[in-house]
Amino acid sequence: MGKKIKSAANRAPRLSKAAKIDYATYLGVILAFAVVTVLGSQGMLTRSFQGQLVPICCYIVMAISLNLTVGVLGELSLGHAGFMSVGAFSGIVAAMSFQASIPSEPVRLVIALCVGAACAAVTGLIVGVPVLRLRGDYLAIVTLAFGEIIKELINCLIVGHDENGLHVIFNFDGSKTISDLGLTENGIEIIKGAQGATGTDTIASFTAGFILIMITLVIVLNLVRSRSGRAIMALRDNRIAAESVGINVTKYKLMAFVTSAALAGAAGALYGLNFSNLGASKFNFNTSILILVFVVLGGLGKIWGSIIAATVLTILPEALRGFEDYRMLVYAIVLILVMLATNSPQAKAVFSRSVGGVKGIFACKGNKAKGGAANG
Amino acid sequence: MKKFIALAMALVMCLALFAGCGQESNTEPSTPAESGTPESGTPAEGASFKFGVVGPLTGENAIYGNAVANGVQIAVEEINAAGGINGYQVEVSPQDDVSDGETSVNAYNNLMDWGMQVLIGPVTTGPAISVSTEVYNDRIFALTPSASSPDVVAGKDNMFQMCFSDPNQGSGAATYMGSNMPDAKVAVIYRNDDQYSQGIRDTFVAEAENQNLEVVYEGTFTVDTQADFSVQLTAAQSAGADVIFLPIYYQPASVILAQADAMGYEPTFFGVDGMDGILTMPNFDLSLAEGVMVLTPFSADATDEKTVNFVTEYNERFGETPNQFAADGYDCVYALKQAIEAAGCTPDMSYEDICTAMIEQFTSMTFDGLTGTGMTWSTAGEVSKLPLAVVIQDGVYVSAENAK
Repeated sequence: MGKKIKSAANRAPRLSKAAKIDYATYLGVILAFAVVTVLGSQGMLTRSFQGQLVPICCYIVMAISLNLTVGVLGELSLGHAGFMSVGAFSGIVAAMSFQASIPSEPVRLVIALCVGAACAAVTGLIVGVPVLRLRGDYLAIVTLAFGEIIKELINCLIVGHDENGLHVIFNFDGSKTISDLGLTENGIEIIKGAQGATGTDTIASFTAGFILIMITLVIVLNLVRSRSGRAIMALRDNRIAAESVGINVTKYKLMAFVTSAALAGAAGALYGLNFSNLGASKFNFNTSILILVFVVLGGLGKIWGSIIAATVLTILPEALRGFEDYRMLVYAIVLILVMLATNSPQAKAVFSRSVGGVKGIFACKGNKAKGGAANG
Repeated sequence: MKKFIALAMALVMCLALFAGCGQESNTEPSTPAESGTPESGTPAEGASFKFGVVGPLTGENAIYGNAVANGVQIAVEEINAAGGINGYQVEVSPQDDVSDGETSVNAYNNLMDWGMQVLIGPVTTGPAISVSTEVYNDRIFALTPSASSPDVVAGKDNMFQMCFSDPNQGSGAATYMGSNMPDAKVAVIYRNDDQYSQGIRDTFVAEAENQNLEVVYEGTFTVDTQADFSVQLTAAQSAGADVIFLPIYYQPASVILAQADAMGYEPTFFGVDGMDGILTMPNFDLSLAEGVMVLTPFSADATDEKTVNFVTEYNERFGETPNQFAADGYDCVYALKQAIEAAGCTPDMSYEDICTAMIEQFTSMTFDGLTGTGMTWSTAGEVSKLPLAVVIQDGVYVSAENAK
């Protein structure tokens, strides 16, 4: 991830522009939420779109958090869905366990999201501590393996809850079933090994998704613009130079990586509580790559780009249902065209001319230069 | 400028590709895409019933979804040609869910936007559980042709199954082996990251104990390791297994059959409904499947008039012998027809009202279809019908009793 050190003179004016972009991002998300809520209350949204709102929120948070690792820290992570998985299943266990004792759904949702984030953060720490000390692309290899390991572990996991507390068994040899938990009559089966979490209470809501996005934005944008964030970016741009001025490499790398994992865990918990059935195989390598596609397409280091890319690419396959059997083909073609278009100077010029007026309000003229630097 | 030209060229080529796609889907009546257009086979005059189908039309489980969609299409066109249900035509829209929970819910919501009144599906188990919650909350009636887990219908009074459930398949297979293959040494190879496979294995092993069957070996695999089974097969062989029970989908089963053949290992392979579809798998050497036993409620060699007509029609239209899934899809439409006629529903009724009437009818009626006669449904939504053992001979299913 070799990047040239930018001169201090170049950096100083960019920060104020960055702040403008940050505020525009917050504003955009709030506006989008307001518009969707108003349209929804007027009954002007299709069922199909409303059903996708919570997954879109989850994918946005996933994309922003992965952007922190890939775009800001400059390390490639190929197992982001693994953290989502940890968050999803721990969140589901938390939400279902408190079903009897805490009747309020929003409170349970908040607890589930916090538990999901905490579990994913711990997992991120375990993965990150040894690996982030290494140089090169080791993180990519380890996270790739991590994603697969998590999937296998959750396949072995059988969890139930009754008035005596939580029952957990690891079914390594495949011979145990849910009846081995010894649940009492009132017990609920939460995770049934390979069958995944079945019968989950779907308590996730769009409002919760919106709040999660806002919290994610506050955390990530403040981290990136802080002293620590500058240290993280310095590591990305030139590790040797950063070390030479006394930046603690492992500390700052871990800071970004664990934050990213925790946010992914929270997104996973929200996702898991949106569907009554969830198997570990949902969070496979393809999902990790999908999130990476959101980040790359939106632009490395560009948070607003991740938000837009995640939204568009989640809606797109559904919007293309009119193409019937060819919809995934069309999806791929649209993806390629967007990649070509966003990298072509001509297309950029056309784009900036056509939306010049709008851009003038929110952003700045130097945006192109920033995009070039971040993509380089 | 070069880049701009390249981009423009790419765009033109893509458009040309779309044009090609469009024409192809218009001239090829056998694609399920065609049945998706509401006007196919339905005169647009007056109101009509709207049936939605959700299943994997693409992806690794596409054979199941397409079979159901094809079976439904045949049934609907027959009904429409014969004057419809209560005099109203039926429209059907199949939607793809790639056998994924999230996409399945999206497909379901898409159908709700379309104005669906009854859902046929989802076809596979995991997505069906996800959708069943939505179905329950929306109060729309759903009849799944093939999602066999008890979790699909548990606690939802408006979700019904056309196939027998996983516990029935597992214990049914064990009972069949117990009475027809005494002293068999059984090996089980199953996919332990799949709800369907694990569910059947659990009930099979539990019932095998009661049947005095000896399970000598259990091998597992996951979706990532389904390209090679030499370890499991060697272990089964050295454990002395003469029957291998495969509660798995047909793709890994085809690999197992090929590898066992290459090893020279010839046990009796015994599959359940997931094995259905192996005969229509592209590039599969049918001789490998010779002698494989499958537990299915439907046998294409049955001689009753209904089955013969259906098989002939299916063969003519899609160029292959229908499997159990196609028959389940076909039965779903006729069961709905019978219930709608008995309840006297009309298309202008809301889906909630139709749902209430359907629940009443389904829990009280008796239905004769391709996949069984005298079927009844419990209030829990499970169907009562008997699984039938078939043997693959010369590339077709033959009832185990008729087998040579």
